[in-house]
Amino acid sequence: MNKFIKWGLLALGLGLLGYGWWLGLAWAPPDREMGDVQRIMYVHVPLQWVAMLAMFINFVAAVAFLLKSKASWGLDSTAEASAEIGLLLGTAGMITGAIWGRPTWGVYWSWDPRLTSEAIMLVTYAGYLVLRKFVEDPDKRATWSAVVAIIGAINLPIVWFSVRWWRSLHQVQSSPRTVDPEMVLPLRVSAFGMLFLTLFLMAVRYRQALAERQAEVALPDALPGDIPASLAHNPSKVA
Amino acid sequence: MSAPAPRPRAIGLVPATLALLRKDLLIEWRTRARLNAIIFFALATLLMFSFALGPDTKLLEKNAGGYFWLAILFASVLALGESFRVEAENACMDGVRLAPADARAIFLSKAVGNALLLTALGALLVPVMVALYGVRIVTSVADLGLILLLGCLALSAPGTVYAAISSNARARDVLLPLLLFPLVIPALLSATKATTLVLQGDPMNQLNSWLGLLGGFNLIYWGVGFLLFPRIIED
Repeated sequence: MNKFIKWGLLALGLGLLGYGWWLGLAWAPPDREMGDVQRIMYVHVPLQWVAMLAMFINFVAAVAFLLKSKASWGLDSTAEASAEIGLLLGTAGMITGAIWGRPTWGVYWSWDPRLTSEAIMLVTYAGYLVLRKFVEDPDKRATWSAVVAIIGAINLPIVWFSVRWWRSLHQVQSSPRTVDPEMVLPLRVSAFGMLFLTLFLMAVRYRQALAERQAEVALPDALPGDIPASLAHNPSKVA
Repeated sequence: MSAPAPRPRAIGLVPATLALLRKDLLIEWRTRARLNAIIFFALATLLMFSFALGPDTKLLEKNAGGYFWLAILFASVLALGESFRVEAENACMDGVRLAPADARAIFLSKAVGNALLLTALGALLVPVMVALYGVRIVTSVADLGLILLLGCLALSAPGTVYAAISSNARARDVLLPLLLFPLVIPALLSATKATTLVLQGDPMNQLNSWLGLLGGFNLIYWGVGFLLFPRIIED
């Protein structure tokens, strides 16, 4: 990816996020029932949106990988990068949700279907990443982890629709249709800021993963831990 | 000019599955190592729950369905791992793969074999559960049998896929439960709820909806496993 696009994504993401959070903290009105506590929504909701997006990208990359007849390291690296970033964002989203839950529900954690299915999703992707670390052969690792990613992705629609299917403690998704018009702008701006920041993180992680794969394929006898950092980050030296 | 030798005809999916299943069951029957091991493991697990909770018979009776399914789940990890370990010895999996048969037959035979083994284990555990936890079967034994069968099928379809993967990875003993446990939570939940309804009565007539959930889980994971399994074992 072009250097300007990459750093542009970071600048745009941080800028929009800063502006969106300023709008959310200072400009938007407090919630009628929850008061200022509700302002954590501008952090929590964008985190969960982009986490779901990252998991979905992981699923698409896994399906595309299995459909190709020849191993595509780009797709495998996309899958790895999106699962890692998705797990990170989803965990951050869950922590902010717990911080929001304590003053509103009185507890950090309840066994609500949304929370439970989200926790299952995070453990599933943690398992996926552990599997990737425990298989040395890059071909096998890519194929097996793609299969595991597809099986794990069956949970994603359950997480997303759980608030509608079961209607329990967790409110339905906050979206421009369900919140006050004055809250829509900060939510939108924060969401786009988070999206660009996520794309930047994924681009960085993707390049690292791809370089690791290429180094592994170029040096089949070396153990993954043995590749010097200088080679792992510059595959042209290996080839 | 002589005609070229006829190529060996591919064996159909069903005959291949049955042949592989027969082979696995025969190995199991001749050694009985796997069944014995998981029976004693599951019995010990059931016993441990009563020690962990103390001698509170009311609590044990109330949660009996959950303990029953946890014992089967823990035992299933042993059974699933073992089902691919026998193939790893003497590179047997390569031999099976070289046969002119559909690779999906391997999935079907292993998954059906594992489900049968777990169902047999469950059937043996029911009287133990009745004795240890003081439960009664309120509705019908047939319902309990159906729950047992559906629940074991639900554990063994994704379990077979993951066992095939983890049997070739490092740290396989950690990997299989780590991958399998979060995935089978919906199946475990519905099997436990349904079992509790059979043990404590079903005044609201909820059994069918839990059985429906188990059935849906089975349809999804048997389908996905059937489609994806050949990719796992290819070289």
